[in-house]
Parts: sequence; C-alpha cells; structure tokens
Amino acid sequence: MSQQILEKPASFYEHFDRKGGPKDTTHYCPGCGHGNVHKLIAETIDDMGLADRAIFVSPVGCSVFAYYYFDVGNIQAAHGRAPAVGTAVKRTRPNSIVISYQGDGDLASIGTAEIIHAANRGEHMTVFFVNNAIYGMTGGQMAATSLMGQKTATTPYGRSAENEGFPIHMAEMIATLEAPVYVARCHLADLKGIMNTRKAVRKAIQAQVEGKGFTFVEILSPCPTGWKMDTHAACEFITKEMLPVFPEKVLKDEIATRVGWEHEIKEFTDEEVVASLELGMLGEPFPYDKKFVDNFETKGFKFAGFGGQGVLTAGAVFAAHAMQEHLQVSWIPSYGPEMRGGTANCSVVISKDPVGSPLVVEPDVLAVMNDPSFDTFEPTVKPGGLIIVNSTIIARKAHRTDVEVLYIPLTQIADDLGLKAAANMVLLGAYVEYSKLLPLDHLKTIVPKGIKRKALGDQNVLAVEAGAKWVRENAKALKPVPSLTA
Amino acid sequence: MELIKANEAVVKAAVLAGCTQYYGYPITPASEVASAAAKYLPKIGGTFLQAESEVAAINMVYGAAGAGARVMTASSGPGISLKQEGVSYLAAAELPCVIIDVMRAGPGLGNIWPEQGDWNQVVHGGGHGNYKCLVFTPNCAQEMADLTVLAFDLSDKYRLPAYILTDAYIGQMMEPVEFPKARTQVAHRDYALYADRASKDQVVSSIFMSTEGLEEHNRHLQRKYAEIEEKEVRYQEIQVEDADLVLIGYGFISRLLQSVLENLRREGYKVGLLRPITAFPFCSKRLNELAKQGKAFLNVELSNGQMLRDVQLAIGNDKPLYFYNRMGGMVPSVEELTNVTRSYLK
Repeated sequence: MSQQILEKPASFYEHFDRKGGPKDTTHYCPGCGHGNVHKLIAETIDDMGLADRAIFVSPVGCSVFAYYYFDVGNIQAAHGRAPAVGTAVKRTRPNSIVISYQGDGDLASIGTAEIIHAANRGEHMTVFFVNNAIYGMTGGQMAATSLMGQKTATTPYGRSAENEGFPIHMAEMIATLEAPVYVARCHLADLKGIMNTRKAVRKAIQAQVEGKGFTFVEILSPCPTGWKMDTHAACEFITKEMLPVFPEKVLKDEIATRVGWEHEIKEFTDEEVVASLELGMLGEPFPYDKKFVDNFETKGFKFAGFGGQGVLTAGAVFAAHAMQEHLQVSWIPSYGPEMRGGTANCSVVISKDPVGSPLVVEPDVLAVMNDPSFDTFEPTVKPGGLIIVNSTIIARKAHRTDVEVLYIPLTQIADDLGLKAAANMVLLGAYVEYSKLLPLDHLKTIVPKGIKRKALGDQNVLAVEAGAKWVRENAKALKPVPSLTA
Repeated sequence: MELIKANEAVVKAAVLAGCTQYYGYPITPASEVASAAAKYLPKIGGTFLQAESEVAAINMVYGAAGAGARVMTASSGPGISLKQEGVSYLAAAELPCVIIDVMRAGPGLGNIWPEQGDWNQVVHGGGHGNYKCLVFTPNCAQEMADLTVLAFDLSDKYRLPAYILTDAYIGQMMEPVEFPKARTQVAHRDYALYADRASKDQVVSSIFMSTEGLEEHNRHLQRKYAEIEEKEVRYQEIQVEDADLVLIGYGFISRLLQSVLENLRREGYKVGLLRPITAFPFCSKRLNELAKQGKAFLNVELSNGQMLRDVQLAIGNDKPLYFYNRMGGMVPSVEELTNVTRSYLK
C-alpha cells in the first residue's frame, strides 16, 4: 500500500491526532466507503470555502469518529438523533452549513422519526446517508436496508420477509415529502458511481449554501468487513445485489425553481425584549394604604359556573385588583375531584400575609353562576360566609341558614346591557359594591387592563357598574354582613 | 408586578435571561409553557419548535446548547422519561440547558393531576451513566421566574443541565410576579460551535474511547458535582429554631405545610418547616444538624417516598422520621395534614 499522500483536502486535518495510534491512517477498514465519501465532502467544503461555517454532525456508527478527520466544527449526536441536533444547530446559527452524516442503522431504524420530520420541515441542512445494508460498528447485524436473504449476525439464515420485512427505501420515502429540495441516491461501486456521487454531494451542499432547503443524498457504500468479502467482491455486491433494489437515481431536484432562504439575523436589545413580553399591562399599583392592608383579614373565594360563563376570568381580575391594592393573592383553577361536578371554578385567596395553601376548600365567599355549582359548593361555605347566587339561572333558594345569600340576576343584568358574556363582571361589580372589600372605582380601572381582548374592556366596565348599581338600588333588600365589610 | 400563571412566568423569565431557543413536545400539564414559548420567542428572533417527539426535542436542546444558545424545553413525567437519554448526553458533553418538569401522576400514563413521582428520575440521574443535574423546586410563581433565571446562570456556570421540578398545581397557579431585569446578552462559550473560524476546532461530544480518559472525565464530573454540593444548596426554613417537629416538603406541598404550621403554632405546638429549594444539591448537611439537635421530622410528599430516602440518608436511621403521602393525583387538605402532624406531637 502506498505511503505517499499526493493531495489531501484542506478541510481534513493534517494529522489525525484525535484518533490516537497512527496519525496518518483512518480507523476505517480497508475497502470501506466512508473514506471516499469523507473525501468528496471535504473537497466540496474546500472548493466552496465553507470550512469555517461548516458544522458536521457525527452519528453513532462507524462514522462517529468523523471529527477525527474533518477540520470543521464538530458535534456528535446520540444514535439516530443527528437530524434533530442539526435542526437546532442550524436554527441557532443560521449562517452555519450543517452536514448530518448517518449510516443505515442510525437513519433508517432508530432515527426514522428524526430524519422524516427534519426532511418534512425542510430544515436547511444536508444529510448524507451512507447505506451499506448492515450495522458495521456493532458487528455486522441486520439493517433495515439489508437485502432479502442477506446473512448477517442477526439473520444467520438470511433476512426473510416473514420475520424482518423488506428493505426500506429511505430516499424514495423522503422524495415523497413536499419540503425536500434535492433527493438522490448514488453508489461507490465503480469510478462512474463515485463521480456521480461527487456531483450529488456538491449539488446538495451548494443548495444549502443558497438556502434552497433540505437536501438528502443516499450513498450505497461497501462494507467488506461486515459483508465478509474482499473489496472487489464488495463492489460487485453493490452493482449486482444492491443497485437492483436501490437504484441509482435523482429522485427529486427542485433546486432551480426554489426561492432561497433569507435569514436576516436581528439582534434584539434588552428594551425590545422587555417590550415584547407584554409586561406591566396592569400599570402602577394603587397608592399603598397601610391601615387597609394591615387590617385585611385573609379571605378565600370560590367562583364557579359553567365553562364559558367567565368565572375563571372573574377570579383572575379580582385577584389582579387585590394585588394592585398591595395585598398577597393567589388564583388557581379547578383542579382535582371537584372538577368532575360539571363546573368550572377557581379559588382565589387574598391576604396581607404570604398565601399558604392556594386551594379554597371552605370559601368565605362563594359565587355560583349555575345549579351544579350551587349544589356542589353550597355545603362548603364557612358559617357566616356569603353566597352570591346568579338568580337568572338558578331558581332554587339556599338550604343553608348560617350564611348570607344574595340572589342577583347576573345574567339578566348583563343581557339588558346587550353584553351576554359579561355576567362575570356584573358579579364583580355587585360583590365589591356590596362588600366594600376593595374600592369600586379602582376595580373599574383594572377591568379593561385585566381583560385580554381590548375591545371588551370598556363594555366590561359598564357591566361592573351595572352590577354595582343593582346592589345600590336593591340595598334595602340586602342585609350587610359585618364580618365581610372592610 | 404581574399576575401571571407560573407556567408562563417561567418562559418570560427565561427570555429575560437570554433564552432564545425552545424545543418541546406537547404534554399536559406542561402545555402552557410551550404555548407561552411559541408566543414570545418568535417575537425576539428566537426559535420555538414543536418537535416530532420528546426524544427529538431534547436532542434539539443538545444541538442548540452546543451552538452556544440558552435553550429550554418543558415536559411532564412520561416525556421526561423519554428525554433521559438526551439528558445523559447533555450532562456528558457538559452542555447547559433548562428543563421544566411539570410533574403529573404516574406510573405509566397515570393521569394529569399533580404528583411528585419524578424525584428519582430527575434528582438521581434517570438516564445512563454517572451524572447529575441541577434541580430547583419552586413553590410559587415568583420562584418559578427567579429560579428559572438562576437555573440558566448556574447551568452555564457549571456546564450541566438544570431542571425546574414543579407540579401541575404550581404550574397552573396565577400569582404576583416581579420579573428581574433583562439580561439577554449570553456570555460566549469557549466550547461551543458558532459556525466561525474561532470555534471551528471545537468538538461537542460525549465519546471517550480510552477507558482512562473516560474515568478521568467521570472523576471531573464528580468533582464538579461535589463543588455544587458545597456551594449551591438552597432551602427555606420557617420557625425551625425552637421546633420539636420539623415538617419537610417541597413544591406545592410546602405551601400546604406552611398553612399547617400556622394552624399548629396557633394551637401552641412547636412546629417548623424546612423546604428544599434545590433538590440537587440537597440540604443534607442542614438536615443532619437539625437531627443532631434532637428534632423529629415529618416528611410529606406526593410520591411513595422518593425524597424520603434522601432525608433518611441525611439524618441517619436512628432519628425520629415520620412520613405521610398521597399519590395518584390526590392532594391532602390542610386539615388532613394538620391532623396528621398533630398526631405526631404529644
């Protein structure tokens, strides 16, 4: 064997120091195809001047050690995951040229999901699929691409359709997808095959440079060791056995018609980032009233009704208001066995101290918008507590005699305003006016900020006011409960 | 001040800490994390990508971390199980990232209610090999934000994955959050790939062919973990000083225990609370000190006692340690826990 190297691509290292042992030889077996493919890729990287930008994703398999040889950025991936790793490398560094280099065990078996979806997303990367119809590194086991009848370490009687199914055609599968721009299969069995491979390698990488999209080149490659053949026989195996099953072919080429990807990288300032996060929507808190806060007794609220009646929003707006009054608050949606009662509900705790459990099991105040909620939660209210009943929907009266109960036609009041969905805001207006727990005028400024759909904000203020008005007009019929009045 | 769901607070805090990349797979009850990431990351020129699988997602995290980005993902028990291979690779290649685990009830498909059954797989490795991850256990929305920022910083400092280990309850809660100042300029990583000449010589890899080399790498990792155990233990104590019985619980349970403590203190019982804020590194030393002072302990968990083993290791077998748990998504009431605790006080 010749000891003289006539010419070596610059994007191969001068010596293979990472390898250990002899510094000028590779770890590949004699007659292996990896050397050819490495060389074709390295020459392309040289000719296109990509060495600084190229990031090579090495898989698990014989080519796991590609970083011994390629003088480019290298990242090694878990078995089958190279396209996922490459996806994120490219998205993080859009300027990179990502080359995923995978064998058949890696790409056609354990990593099928990753390759199909990277291809389907049209990731701007190039995948070289070295298909030698066998697991080389692990000792010659069957691959998904092994041929029918092929004897391997794990198919000692030959691959059978009954037991292992048929050879998988990855290039054909990927060519059926819309996103990939170039899909080809070539081989290394003879000089013509190698020259065609060279063309395909260049075309695929050039397409990535131009931002055209996902490119995929399957390369039928000899594995004399795994196949237990000499190198000549291995090349013949490709020509006579593999090529009839895996034909040499460009399966898809839309490079000419695709528009290149413009990846403008914009740096965002801290200020721009903060602005994008929609922080500070509630504005400045209300003036701090020490006496009010210090005297505030912890209260637990439960808002319950059908989904769509806005009980979760009511609780959230109410909690937001209390927070802006410098109180400690927590809000948690129905979660757990109680949710099975056909109601949506949330717990709100308001306190001057940090909130312990945010779950309100025995509410001080219960607001119910429908019958199932009333039935479920009426027994849980603390003695001396308050229940607000939406009397438009709930016909019955309370069974409890040890709690205060307000029957307010919340839905009717909202309907009269033409705001069918605002019964929840009527509820807040009515409760705050009745209890004086928090200032009503403050609530009216919070509501437009606390409702996500801006257009609804002003209408909701009308609903709050209507609820408060109803309480004022019907005040005589209502007995205030001292313990609930701030 | 914001009133915000803890699962969303995590994402906003991450963005403020310079996170630009999110790769994840949908799973209840971690879905709000993904939704928030999908909303905000594209606005700042970042990437949100819904991966084809949990496995792909964590390997994308590996790729982004290797390319120098602050990157995160979120999942729940079944998804975390799937991610473990990738986490092992991240730990081995010493890549930083933040993983949110919003725990649900298991084993198997289980259900979507809160549990704390991921302690073992998150705190004690979970994947193959001798590795550890930083693990933070917030108990409120503010901490979900603050500890996410800290997780990014320490993950970068020590070069290892960091978990936010939380549960379905904490994640769903809305509470006031004061967000930290934006600090989006991520420090250069001299081991990462930037697709430029300066970083061309880097290899991001976890393979060590020589046994000596791999043993040395393992020893290096263990030294790093020892340093973290020395410097980064975080916990909160409430009225532990004079306590006869110290309640131990993390995450949502610690909120319930706080209420239990208040109830029993009102009744005149000397009860304290110790809440781990980091699960790795664990507050073993502090527990040992408290045990030597003659205190008894009641450990409460939403699991079969996964943290209990760590508590027991810390205090020894001869100390009074009681245990109470619920599983399967059942959460004890404060009253239930108060009664249980009272039964261990004379």
